[in-house]
Amino acid sequence: MNQTHITYTTMAIAALIGVWLLFVSLPRWYESNDQPSAEGTSIDQRTALETTNVTLFYVSEDGMQLVGLERKIPHGDTTTEQARYITEAQLTAAPFPLASPIPEGATLRAIFVTERGDAFVDLSTEIRDEHSGGSLEELFTVYAIVNALTTNLPTISAVQILVEGREVDTLAGHVDLRRPLEKNLKWVEQEDSEDAA
Amino acid sequence: MHCQPNITRLNVKSPGAVKGSSSICLTLTMLLSLILAAPELLAQSRTESLTLLSSGGPRILQTTRINGNEVVALDHLAKIFQLTINEDPLTGGLTVSYQDQNIVLTLEQSLVSVVGRLVSLPSPPVQTDQGWLVPVEFIGRALTFIYDKPIEFRQRSRLVIIGDLSVPRVTVRHQLVGQEARVSLGMTPASDYQIMHEQDQILIQFDVDALDPTLPGLVSGRLVSAIRLSELQTSIVIDLGPNFGSFNASTRPAPGGNVDLVVTIAPRNVEIAAAETPSSISSEPPPPLSDLVSPPQDIKTIVIDPGHGGDEYGAHGPEGTLEKDITLGVARRLKGTIERQLGIRVVLTRTADQTVRLDERAAIANNNKADLFISLHVNSSTRSSVVGAEIFFLSIDDYGDEAAQIATSESQVVPVVGGGLRNIEVTLWEMAQVRYLEQSAVFAEVVEDELRGRLSMSPRAIQQAPLRVLVGANMPAVLLEMGFISNSVQEQQLTSGKFQQTIVDALVGSIIRFRDYLQHVNETDIAAVGTIPTGGHPQIEEAR
Repeated sequence: MNQTHITYTTMAIAALIGVWLLFVSLPRWYESNDQPSAEGTSIDQRTALETTNVTLFYVSEDGMQLVGLERKIPHGDTTTEQARYITEAQLTAAPFPLASPIPEGATLRAIFVTERGDAFVDLSTEIRDEHSGGSLEELFTVYAIVNALTTNLPTISAVQILVEGREVDTLAGHVDLRRPLEKNLKWVEQEDSEDAA
Repeated sequence: MHCQPNITRLNVKSPGAVKGSSSICLTLTMLLSLILAAPELLAQSRTESLTLLSSGGPRILQTTRINGNEVVALDHLAKIFQLTINEDPLTGGLTVSYQDQNIVLTLEQSLVSVVGRLVSLPSPPVQTDQGWLVPVEFIGRALTFIYDKPIEFRQRSRLVIIGDLSVPRVTVRHQLVGQEARVSLGMTPASDYQIMHEQDQILIQFDVDALDPTLPGLVSGRLVSAIRLSELQTSIVIDLGPNFGSFNASTRPAPGGNVDLVVTIAPRNVEIAAAETPSSISSEPPPPLSDLVSPPQDIKTIVIDPGHGGDEYGAHGPEGTLEKDITLGVARRLKGTIERQLGIRVVLTRTADQTVRLDERAAIANNNKADLFISLHVNSSTRSSVVGAEIFFLSIDDYGDEAAQIATSESQVVPVVGGGLRNIEVTLWEMAQVRYLEQSAVFAEVVEDELRGRLSMSPRAIQQAPLRVLVGANMPAVLLEMGFISNSVQEQQLTSGKFQQTIVDALVGSIIRFRDYLQHVNETDIAAVGTIPTGGHPQIEEAR
């Protein structure tokens, strides 16, 4: 029957379009968006269609400071969701020639933001156990995370790092993590002197 | 009865000193003329002396007091220390050299240049017909930095110690307890000794080069007739009185982990109360620390914190060197050098490879009433090229409003029992360091200055950060990152004795300068307020 034939043809075309969309168009769209390396992250792909630019922090080539670098990450609908995307992106590898201040293997377990603007970032044990030590490197690790959240999200005023859901004294024996820490850009390379304060 | 007066090494030759005369008339005439001339003579100068201790034995160095300042002839120092002195008639300056090292002095300038670094003296050098005269502090503040052996000047005991001699401070106390006499000896640092009993004396012979004793005033009794230093200056002699029957010796714990020796002396026919057991001894309150150790400065105790330890390895180098081993090695060296050269009590937060919590480390400093806290660490970087030392002191900005309120809070008025109100300072014990930030900053600057020139410094040599080990310290406190173990060259340096000694020398120099700073601040405060400050905030800008 003609009508039956038309119906089957329409369904076949729709199926082909669906396959094309799924396997060709969407991957191309992702590539065209210059998505930062998402290896090891768990960014929710449902919201990846919308993106936002944020500043993340990496160790400079001379190893003496953090460098703020603009990266594109998924857009979050709430502060907590956006904080999660920012932290997950901060935990990923650094673009060459910069280095990541985050110990390898550290992942985000959970994140909470209180009404008064304190963010609690719960990380896996690698953040502590795989840390190379030294005051400067520990400062870089802590303030890369603290600054990434406080710089990009004005509603977050301070950040406390937890390990496996618990408060910790320090990550490597130096930086006091018993209270939420406020933004501190003194270890960040400054182009605009007004920000240096 | 064998009775000898206390030997004093203070050899004062006052112009008013008069030897006896056979002629009463002549004596009276001399006395009258001296009384008339004395005020004028005293206003001009007064001759005193210091005792120089070296491996060759003790020597006397004559000094003069001019307008209140004790000075020494540079020519005498040149003879003793083989110094070369060159005057520069054009600039009015003077260069004092030992081997290739120079000190440059300038007339009417109390600042002198020591191997390129400026050092402050209490008064400028003066030129007289006896040659150049410099303040005695020149020895400890300038000369020591160009001489090939350490020179320590102990002003209170009037000692100049040349070389690595063991000259512990010994404070001797005497008290009567019932029918017994009790003589206690507090030693800093502790030294080995032997006790010998001869006919009419008990001799406590120390295994040292010399003793720096503080003896009790006049002791005159039928059990103990005198307590004195032996002629060789290495023993304390207890001269026994006619009622002496027996004695025993025991030890009791003293503050700072030291041990006091207690000699109990009983009369005839009286048995010494009981064999002194540690518990019975410790029931007696130990003497106050200030009586045991009373160096002439504001730093009596320093706590050195060797970072990490036990399960906490800290950073590690490419060759596998561990931070915890380096920090302990340097801390032990530093403790020995400070005790030997400065006579300051030093407590380590750990003495072996053991885990010590961060809050315990500050608590050890607080419980020992330390005047200075130095935490030793080794840095690390993901970049192996990074090198240099860094000094940290606490930043309170990162802690938010709470710490800022503590730092800026005034005293609070609280009601007291029986009515009335009283002002008290309220500080959260956990954040005790906020009260000492200014002093910590000064000490960090001094350490940076002493280190620079001796070893490589990081481009950010002084930093402020919210460091856990510092925040609870109730005294000036810094954390020194001695170098980057992640750099293979620095890893080797950090394990070498020479490099470690360089750091120790710089820290000892820093402590001396910081002590001078504290004294200066105290003097300024006393002059300004007329009373001794109780731990307020010094004005850094004035002191710089």
